[in-house]
Amino acid sequence: MKGKGKFLTLFALLVYFFLIIPLIIITGAAFGTDEFLKFPPRGFSLKWLANIFKVEMFVRTFKISLEIAVLGTVLALLVGIPAAYGLSRYDFVGKNFLQGFFLSPVLVPGIVFGFSLLNFLVIKYEMPVYTSLLVGHTVIIMPYIIRVISSSLENFDYSIEEAAISLGASKLKTFFVIVLPNIASGVIAAFILAFINSFNNVPVSIFLTGPGISTLPIQMMSYVEYYFDPTIAALSVVLMAMTIILMFIIEKTLGLSYFTK
Amino acid sequence: MALLSLKDISVAYGKNVVLKNLNLDVEKGELVSLLGPSGCGKTTTLRLIGGFVEAKNGRFVFNGKDYTKIPVHKRNFGFVFQNYALFPHLTVFDNVAFGLKQRNIPKNEIKKRVMEILETVGLKDYADRSPRELSGGQKQRVALARALVIQPDLLLLDEPLSNLDAKLRVKMRLEIRKIQQEYNITAIYVTHDQEECFSISDRVAVMNNGVIEQLDTPQKIYNLPRTEFVANFVGFENFIELELEAKKIDGGFYKLKNSQRFKVTHFNGREDERYVKGAIRPEEIDILNEGGEKETNTLKGIIGISTFLGKHYQYVVETEVGRLLVNGSAHKRYVKGERVTLYFPEDKIVLV
Repeated sequence: MKGKGKFLTLFALLVYFFLIIPLIIITGAAFGTDEFLKFPPRGFSLKWLANIFKVEMFVRTFKISLEIAVLGTVLALLVGIPAAYGLSRYDFVGKNFLQGFFLSPVLVPGIVFGFSLLNFLVIKYEMPVYTSLLVGHTVIIMPYIIRVISSSLENFDYSIEEAAISLGASKLKTFFVIVLPNIASGVIAAFILAFINSFNNVPVSIFLTGPGISTLPIQMMSYVEYYFDPTIAALSVVLMAMTIILMFIIEKTLGLSYFTK
Repeated sequence: MALLSLKDISVAYGKNVVLKNLNLDVEKGELVSLLGPSGCGKTTTLRLIGGFVEAKNGRFVFNGKDYTKIPVHKRNFGFVFQNYALFPHLTVFDNVAFGLKQRNIPKNEIKKRVMEILETVGLKDYADRSPRELSGGQKQRVALARALVIQPDLLLLDEPLSNLDAKLRVKMRLEIRKIQQEYNITAIYVTHDQEECFSISDRVAVMNNGVIEQLDTPQKIYNLPRTEFVANFVGFENFIELELEAKKIDGGFYKLKNSQRFKVTHFNGREDERYVKGAIRPEEIDILNEGGEKETNTLKGIIGISTFLGKHYQYVVETEVGRLLVNGSAHKRYVKGERVTLYFPEDKIVLV
């Protein structure tokens, strides 16, 4: 048994190593003095970090990505919370179909989804680039919102709502005064998860970005086509740090185990 | 006129009929229990009165007004749930104050009324606690206070004690009864626990398959069940088929399938029925030694399996009219295969 335990530990270490090595390389390269991505780096400098802000497109697309992620998540919450509530509390004809429908964007490959949005929104309905980008992101993050909120609602006993109604609160008031405060941590988690997904999205964004309007991941892709300096590594470090901070907030509000259920 | 009347109420979920033309009248100040096995429709009846379940047809009249279509939050009924259903994010005080806040009552009066009711249920010092910090019994007291503080026109209790341990249940049911009488509140109480139900109710409605089989005082239900189901539910384990032979002033004479005769003192309203069943509890049958037959009310039997129940032994006895359950004294144990005579006292047989 002891030998087996050792073997497993070794195996686990290898997997961790495999996962973490690229991150170490990128982080290392980001703080080097070389003009090219190199590992191990020579010297230490913050100039690549500073260089991010000199590339005007990075700053501009960062803002767009941030806007799209925040607006898209808010929109998805506005639609997703009532949808999740309806799906978990009521029985109606076509419920299973709707459930499948809301979750379908996770099942369809992002490229296919992005391409059909391009055909439909941009080409057929001539929607402005910014709007179609926002709509696309709202739709792709909807499944995460609905899933997380639904599991919050499932853990919230329906008779608590009935108690509030029996005490004289209308259904709408019960939702805001009783249900919402009790699923708040789920809403925060859904927000963060949806935000990260939107912010990092490439396959859908790539079809929906247009002249002058692009997202940060797309801009990063086009940057590495022409430049090989470690600015891109420095930017990755910044994004990683952002994600880690958000994950830390989830862990503190809900625990990450919330998503592995 | 009754305070509450259910008139020909039917409820169905799809093809599954839960209540069938149910009628129920409850008087002001009464505590009426709905008793029955799970799936009998008792909770559905309660939820219908509360407004959580819609009737397919029939009417619900309360205090002379048609309440059938009145939404839950306009009924002013207090509801106590089996799992307490306290608001987890509010303190005990705010839980109890919730109903008063919906009624736009001034703050200082809310405070006064909440503290009063918390005192009544013995939780005055717990006002600032969170529901998480309370025991099951305390949670149920908060739930009760929360339902009572709105001065409801009707109090509905859905198996409120079934999550508590046995001793606490006994204590809490006395408290509920005391408060109900003190406030002179009309209450409907759902339970599957017979003892609990008999101990606190003015009247009991025994339900089965979506209908009320009998609505009576606990004493009548226990001693004079009207149907085989009710008899069985309150512990009449033996049913013997009887055919009427002669009616006399002091009772009826009945023939059994093996031609033995039974005399029965009370007709229980079935003097005009030729074929009836005589129900009797295991503890009311006497075991005599073999050969102790009398002219009426005895049967020969052979002892089968026996079990020890503490106060007595319970035997399965094979007789010519079937297998019967009989309790015998704990001092003497009959062995398997022993031949005995069973005696059925004429005033202990209930006709159903």
